[in-house]
Amino acid sequence: METIGIWIAALLTLGIFSFLYKDNPFYKFCESLFVGISAGYWFVTTFWQVFMPKLADNLIAGRFYYMIGAIFGVLMLLRLFPKIGWLSRWSLALVVGTTAGLYFTRYLVSNGMVQVQNTIIPLYVKGNLSQTIGNLVIVIGTFSGLIYFFFSKEHKGAFGGLAKLGIWFLMLSFGASFGYTVMSRMSLLIGRMDYLLGTWLGLIR
Amino acid sequence: MNFLEKLLALDRRIIFLFIAIAVALPLFFTVKLHIEVTPVVRNLHNALEALPPGSKVLVSLDYDPGSMPELQPMAESFFRYCFMRDLKIIIIGLWPNGPIQANSALEVILNEPDIKKKNPKYGMDYVNLGYTAGNEVVIERMGSDIPVTFPKDYSGNKTEDIPLMKGVKNFNNIDFVYNLSAGYPGTVEWVLFGVDPYKIKLGAGNTAVQAPQIYPYLNSGQLVGLLGGMKGGAEFEIATGHPAKAVKFMFSQSVSHALICFFILIGNFAYFATRKKKGA
Repeated sequence: METIGIWIAALLTLGIFSFLYKDNPFYKFCESLFVGISAGYWFVTTFWQVFMPKLADNLIAGRFYYMIGAIFGVLMLLRLFPKIGWLSRWSLALVVGTTAGLYFTRYLVSNGMVQVQNTIIPLYVKGNLSQTIGNLVIVIGTFSGLIYFFFSKEHKGAFGGLAKLGIWFLMLSFGASFGYTVMSRMSLLIGRMDYLLGTWLGLIR
Repeated sequence: MNFLEKLLALDRRIIFLFIAIAVALPLFFTVKLHIEVTPVVRNLHNALEALPPGSKVLVSLDYDPGSMPELQPMAESFFRYCFMRDLKIIIIGLWPNGPIQANSALEVILNEPDIKKKNPKYGMDYVNLGYTAGNEVVIERMGSDIPVTFPKDYSGNKTEDIPLMKGVKNFNNIDFVYNLSAGYPGTVEWVLFGVDPYKIKLGAGNTAVQAPQIYPYLNSGQLVGLLGGMKGGAEFEIATGHPAKAVKFMFSQSVSHALICFFILIGNFAYFATRKKKGA
């Protein structure tokens, strides 16, 4: 049974890879199969891991206040009926309001306050050149990056120079992100190659 | 059309073929590369080394099979390390597939001779509490009550009956949190909803795509250490003294990167050389 599974996985991988040559029916089949199985898998997962334990089990246990959530859930589904679809906005309003409230404070602290606090660092660290350079890069990079996004003043003269420096810092960060993305994609390819050549064909140990 | 112009018009499938060869061929060879353990990985390892045996480590696996090549070696090496150090593992998942990935990693690790000797027991040394819906709200809720957030484990046993979970009420009873993340919800949410409000000690392993987004949390000390992509996984394996899958794949990764750099250089050279010619 495991062998059949390995063969199916390997052939489906090859099917998806075949798109690199050109679009073909084998690829279309693999793609459709993936979409269909994913949808089915998510439906089953949602039913057994969300609907049953979070709602049904609680209602069975007599915790009827869970009906409030259930009603809002049903309202969301009313989008399917144009005449009363506006009722779904109540559920959406609840979700948007709660999420905004929850994230406002968290982002303000973790991504705002703490990050700002960690940009206020000494520009010179005695006896530690690399730390000094690192701190300078952080402070100058943050400052010039912020200047670049300040559009209320024309980017000219010293201000323009700082904005240009900000672009350089941004470009460097985009380059680093691109490098990491390449690394990530290569890792995925390595994983599949290892599966095909090792697990499937047994050519590598 | 001269050679450089032909190069610029090269069929992309030829590049795909070269990349495939660059990735596949090195897999057949065992080459010992020098892998330097960077400070971000060293910091994570040091933080773990500081934990006394018996410490409770919460592992949140927030990824699915799509990110397995990068994150599964990290999960395996982390579990191996915990078992060897007698750290108690509490597994959860904010992604439905996370606990399944954990089981698959455990299956590999529990069959290794060194770990077999240790004979870790489910419920005593490790436990898989499974997945629960709610994304970041799950973290928020765990801060006040873990058994209420995860009333049953992956197999349906009551959490309060599991010996390892005795005395585990909230994050105050967890010594370290390790998060393997491939997106949302993941490390960012653990920092926002776990580190800052509950002061948990957090280490993370991320896909390389996500790693640059996480680095600011390292500089600010919100994150103890980070394994970025397969390279980070390889560094952790080296740091723990047990080179495994990620280290094995590094040769392939290096060759493919070298080839991509070569293509970028040659492509740029051809572009600028032909542009100059056209301009003249």
